[in-house]
Amino acid sequence: MNAINLFRTIALFLALMLGATPAAQAQVADAELTVLVDALAPGNFKDREAAIGTLAATGDQRAVPVLEVLLEGELYVDEASGKVVMTAEPGGKGAITDPVTGAELPALTTAGLDKVKVNNGLRRVLRTAIGQMTLLSPDADVRLLAAQSILRDADPAQSKLLDSAIAAETDAAIRRVMEQARAAIVLRSPDAALADWQAAVPVVQAIGGRDAINALTTALNTAPAEVKPLIETALQGLSRDRAVWDVAQNIWFGISLGSVLLLAAIGLAITFGVMGVINMAHGEMVMLGAYTTFVVQEVIRQNAPGLFDWSLAIALPLAFAVTALVGVAIERGIIRFLYGRPLETLLATWGLSLIIQQAVQRIFTANIREVGNPTWMSGSFDLGGLAITWNRFYIVIFAMMVFVALLLVLKYTAIGLHMRAVTQNRRMASAMGIRTPLVDAMTFGLGSGIAGLAGVALSQIGNVSPNLGQGYIIDSFMVVVFGGVGNLWGTLVGALTLGVANKFIEPYFGAVLGKIIILVLIILFIQRRPRGLFALKGRSIEA
Amino acid sequence: MNTFGAKSALLAAAMAGGLAMTTMVPAFAQDETIKVGVLHSLSGTMAISETTLKDTMLFLIDQQNKKGGVLGKQLEAVVVDPASDWPLFAEKARELIEVNGVAAVFGCWTSSSRKSVLPVFEELNSILFYPVQYEGEESQRNVFYTGAAPNQQAIPAVDYLMENEGVERWVLAGTDYVYPQTTNKILEQYLMDKGVAKEDIMINYTPFGHSDWQTIVSDIKTFGSTGKKTAVVSTINGDANVPFYKELANQGIKAEDIPVVAFSVGEEELAGFDTTPLVGHLAAWNYFQSVDVPANAEFISAWQTFMGNPDKVTNDPMEATVIGFNLWVQAVEKAGTTDTDAVLDAIIGLETPNLTGGVAKMLPNHHITKPVLIGEIQADGQFEVVSESELVPGDAWSDFLPESKMIEADWTAPISCGNYNTETKACGGTAM
Repeated sequence: MNAINLFRTIALFLALMLGATPAAQAQVADAELTVLVDALAPGNFKDREAAIGTLAATGDQRAVPVLEVLLEGELYVDEASGKVVMTAEPGGKGAITDPVTGAELPALTTAGLDKVKVNNGLRRVLRTAIGQMTLLSPDADVRLLAAQSILRDADPAQSKLLDSAIAAETDAAIRRVMEQARAAIVLRSPDAALADWQAAVPVVQAIGGRDAINALTTALNTAPAEVKPLIETALQGLSRDRAVWDVAQNIWFGISLGSVLLLAAIGLAITFGVMGVINMAHGEMVMLGAYTTFVVQEVIRQNAPGLFDWSLAIALPLAFAVTALVGVAIERGIIRFLYGRPLETLLATWGLSLIIQQAVQRIFTANIREVGNPTWMSGSFDLGGLAITWNRFYIVIFAMMVFVALLLVLKYTAIGLHMRAVTQNRRMASAMGIRTPLVDAMTFGLGSGIAGLAGVALSQIGNVSPNLGQGYIIDSFMVVVFGGVGNLWGTLVGALTLGVANKFIEPYFGAVLGKIIILVLIILFIQRRPRGLFALKGRSIEA
Repeated sequence: MNTFGAKSALLAAAMAGGLAMTTMVPAFAQDETIKVGVLHSLSGTMAISETTLKDTMLFLIDQQNKKGGVLGKQLEAVVVDPASDWPLFAEKARELIEVNGVAAVFGCWTSSSRKSVLPVFEELNSILFYPVQYEGEESQRNVFYTGAAPNQQAIPAVDYLMENEGVERWVLAGTDYVYPQTTNKILEQYLMDKGVAKEDIMINYTPFGHSDWQTIVSDIKTFGSTGKKTAVVSTINGDANVPFYKELANQGIKAEDIPVVAFSVGEEELAGFDTTPLVGHLAAWNYFQSVDVPANAEFISAWQTFMGNPDKVTNDPMEATVIGFNLWVQAVEKAGTTDTDAVLDAIIGLETPNLTGGVAKMLPNHHITKPVLIGEIQADGQFEVVSESELVPGDAWSDFLPESKMIEADWTAPISCGNYNTETKACGGTAM
């Protein structure tokens, strides 16, 4: 990141030093421009499209911010006078300014403003217009965006503009995008010279991925006969690459699903796997964790919007604390009376899960609650031919961190030692001076707390509603049983195996049948190995 | 003593909960009231959507009573909670009709719940107003469908995308149950009639509450990158929508590239989203809160005052409830009685203004006339109307399916049949 920033600064600095203002910087008189800008408001979408075209055709750089604001849907019109204006703050609030001169217009009030409406078609037109107008911008970032926009449109009408931009371009990376755009345009122009075609095919091929396959497949129909073999070879190479990447993509999807399963199941691996408590309210602990995130975000939104990107970091310890406390309360209040009676435990915790759900529904209503993604968890990045979304990426990392942390706690801390001692031989541990009831409560609290952590993570990919937990409870039990009860490594391997298997089955059989197949496979597997993948050996399992 | 205290507190709580199940709205001191049943889930998965409709009914009844009630009598709402449990809908419907003696019932959301109560209404000869868009292929003597039939929502939406966005490739994505399946069957046939090749249609079903959309969104991306303009027609239900739209946004699918038009996402559902990444995706309904006509503004402000919440949104099934209620009131006054047979006769042909400036007319097939609106999602969670049609009469039996093409519903004499076969001239052409 730093290198890029440095590079940007240098590029900008150079541009300023050399006074490298692009060739044609058209300027029109304020009054004339104002008329054109005001024309953006009246009429229907078709009229607005024409108005955008006329405005863009002036080439006046002052029109660019106007179009950008319009693209955001934040351009307003004064109902009474029909004057198009901008506001200082989004949502039509703050000081009203003139879009051309930038002067404040104190005579107008925000109450009299109407939004200038845009639809999908207009947004496309706007992006194209902005792309064309900023292709010669002195700012390298803006030029890059503009070049990418031209590449996406690949409109033959832009080839002249593009040629002059390429000639003036000093930045190698941007020039490459521009050349790709020119090649893509050639593929769309059947009457281009043969040499141009032959030059264009490898350039487009170098773009790689679906975009290249897409452009070349379309071009295959219109290409001159001499070029066709060239395109076909290029396509074959691209499809081969694509097939390999598709497998990689599936594995990634599987790992990502697996880590979601791992997060949901790992708390259960403690309460069910280690303690042997069938806890049907486990999903509700996840749900409480997600609602904690929601409450944290609400408080931040109202009091300190600047901290929003930190909301998850704040929510994590809180969610752990809340659900761990609830967990301890459940263990002390209900479960400790039911040890050794699995059926009663099952019914009691199931009833409890209903009570918690209804309670949450009473407090927060049944509506889905909005939990936002911090900016660093939005969007995706490309890794070779893989498209990896940031939120899934961080969840995979987070799941692994939770797993390792839990492993360390169990292995290297006193409480971990006590937990293992109590689960292996309760009476002996008690005889050695361990307060087993306290350890039980702590263990259950730990398992619940981890479920709360999972809730924070899951709020980032799913919805937050009182039913959130129900969706995960079955999967969690499946993972723990499949992996082997009482073994954390089994839970890890079980979750990832199920995730990857699910994602390889889904493309062939669909999501509905995929789930059924997985369930059948697990049943068959449990028939063969009743104790799961990693069975505990020794006397402890008989206890 | 301590345990006793805890126990009695629990008991009290349980009793309070039990009482809340059947809430009687206090009626005015009058000898006799007309009882109206409200059959919407107040708990379970569907509570998200249905609770608002219960409130809408209480609001409408309150307003009607202030105007002097119906036939000089006050109305009284009987609210029950079928708890998103389809068989329980039938039980609760029976309770409303037999025990409480309601004159009519307003309720149900999912098609499964409607199918569950149909035999009860037929057997006990009562009236149900059903306010939600559905898959069609049904017309029952005792049921009035005030939501959209497929020809009032799905088909016009597809037409809009075809004409305005030039869409040539279609993804029909839905939740795996009766409404999406029937709707997609109709749409597939319609698209093929329009000359769309079979390989340009991708149909995909997911379980209820599906949360891992990675593969499907990635498939949509691949399907949409063949150079032909692609759109997604979504019949994805309720809470599965949030992760779906999140995944779309994160994988960088913009509405300008691949628009999604949804039939089950309205203002109420969007209240749970950060809509910024969704801007430009579409929804097809017969009503939007953003429709700027005086009738709508008046309704919204009265509703928000009644709820005591100036941010409370309105949506399409609410409008359908309003229309159904007003038609029923008119029919009762025309018939001069709440007797089922008299009301069934009186209601056909009645008209009431809808909230978007048009007229809703009850047709002989128990469906109504509606305008079709296409809206684009805005950053503030509202819809911008980009297309509005003329009034479209609801068609119970789709004309695009070969097996229901010749079936018509007409509950007026002499046909009086919900599935009249126009070819064999006999009632009961297709099993309902």
